[in-house]
Amino acid sequence: MKKIALISYGILLLALIAAPFLGFYPVFVMKVMCFALFACAFNLLLGYTGLLSFGHAAFLGGSAYVTGHVLKVWGLTPELGLIAGTLFGAALGLVFGWLAIRRQGIYFSMITLALAQMVYFVALQAKFTGGEDGLQSVPRGRLFGLIDLQSDLTMYYVALAIVVAAFLLIARTVHSPFGQVLKGIKENEPRAISLGYDVNRFKLLAFVISAALSGLAGSLKTLVLGFASLSDVHWTASGQVILMTLVGGLGTLSGPLVGSAVVVLLENKIGDFGTFLARVTGVNWFSTLGESVTMVTGLIFVVCVLAFRKGIMGEIIAFMERRGGRSNH
Amino acid sequence: MQISMPALLSQLLLGLVNGSFYAILSLGLAVIFGLLNVINFAHGALFMMGAVLTWMAMNYFEINYWVMLVAAPLIVGVFGVVIERLLLRWIYKLDHLYGLLLTLGLTLLIEGFFRSIYGVSGLAYDVPDALSGAFNLGFMILPKYRAWVVVASLIVCFATWYAIEKTRLGAYLRAGTENPRLVEAFGINVPLMITLTYGFGVALAAFAGVLAAPVIQISPLMGQNLIIIVFAVVVIGGMGSIMGAILTGLGLGVIEGLTKVFYPEASSTVVFLIMMLVLLVRPAGLFGNEK
Repeated sequence: MKKIALISYGILLLALIAAPFLGFYPVFVMKVMCFALFACAFNLLLGYTGLLSFGHAAFLGGSAYVTGHVLKVWGLTPELGLIAGTLFGAALGLVFGWLAIRRQGIYFSMITLALAQMVYFVALQAKFTGGEDGLQSVPRGRLFGLIDLQSDLTMYYVALAIVVAAFLLIARTVHSPFGQVLKGIKENEPRAISLGYDVNRFKLLAFVISAALSGLAGSLKTLVLGFASLSDVHWTASGQVILMTLVGGLGTLSGPLVGSAVVVLLENKIGDFGTFLARVTGVNWFSTLGESVTMVTGLIFVVCVLAFRKGIMGEIIAFMERRGGRSNH
Repeated sequence: MQISMPALLSQLLLGLVNGSFYAILSLGLAVIFGLLNVINFAHGALFMMGAVLTWMAMNYFEINYWVMLVAAPLIVGVFGVVIERLLLRWIYKLDHLYGLLLTLGLTLLIEGFFRSIYGVSGLAYDVPDALSGAFNLGFMILPKYRAWVVVASLIVCFATWYAIEKTRLGAYLRAGTENPRLVEAFGINVPLMITLTYGFGVALAAFAGVLAAPVIQISPLMGQNLIIIVFAVVVIGGMGSIMGAILTGLGLGVIEGLTKVFYPEASSTVVFLIMMLVLLVRPAGLFGNEK
């Protein structure tokens, strides 16, 4: 089991390293990687701690603005921009978490959603975010003042290195004693309390780590795409990351990777897919599919919640465990 | 800072109008959550549906406002019953979060559907003739329609409060909220009660939508921002008390209206700021009774 997982990760990494030479558009793959990091960070909270934050857009979008500002207005180097964005995510996460863990369950989700909406309104009104236009043409600059990131290929490998490092950090966190306590809180909070764990501190720390890494994802996105916009702070981005995690598999390390790829591909390619279906089936209605991404997203949510709660990777892992169990007999 | 009395009073009234919508919506959320343990994210979308149905009835069939004031909640209520029977009932035994996610999916479906027809631009709806114009009270001009919204909302809110707190049916409902299995053992059809409660809760949202049609620009996305504010209202008030939901909704609407006069920049965030304050001072909410 573990061997299969390691081999799969190895293949994935090799594929990602080779991707630019296999005809994949580097900027698109980088965008997917940013969302994959975002979803992994989110899953640390939802999948491993059992806290449904509905406000992660604030970390993604807020940090995107901070990085954009640092790079464009202050003209600092990219690594400082990323660090600033990550720190902003952590600080905002500290405030959100500190307020939200005062309430349990469904209230937690509503509070994070409301707080994120506040950040959205601030971003809409504040001067430094550029309002409706967002921050445009953010320069990539030179990494450490040395490596020019202007070329997509250089940028690609830097982004890959950052995302892989962050993923390893998340994997390490999940398997550490700290991660085990988080799982314990998720499974049975009263028992974790009775065992003497200061549950709220664990939750808060998990929240801050998740927010910081979401901030890193947002910062990287700004660096790669060269803009920061309102759509990243809007609550729909929070909904999107929930969907990615749910589709991929809650509480699995690989789930958010798969889920984010599926969701980003879907949103980018659904128009083409609709045109294709319309041509093959002759039903004209399909060609309007591209305009109804929202409805398709909604439908996936409904189907996932009702019939597919384990997600893609959750189902695969469950299947392999069942098979593995049988062969032992 | 010079603020004229009429401007202040008119913002106060506008705040009361918005507060009425908050009150009706948070009331519906509280009733649904009490029995179903589901936070109905689709509440905003169903509010929008009430308004859009009203607009459609006028534009396609020339059915007037007063008919829709009854018909739209009925249609949306039936729609809610269908949703509950087909989808929601499968998830009651699961973690709360699945209820939120399922209704989020429904929201996207409903809003996406109306968006594919009407786009995102606003649709205009005229104030019904009987309520157009204004009363001149001497110290301020009181638009009839706004007064009507506040009065109608208050009547509906207090009728709901009365039905839940003072009647036999309400007693069943409250008992069902406390202990559904015991209530079922007394021979009451709890699943039916749950279905009708959801239908009633979303009908309230549609009623608010009809009231809002002439005063808020009708668009498929009109419910989105509103529902998030209503969530904050619910966090501030706590969902344990019907009266609490009503008072919190109205009060926050008024505060928001006053903020528009004194510090307009903060008018869109003031409810969230108050939520933060309440979380610091009284984490369970003003009327909350959870631990």
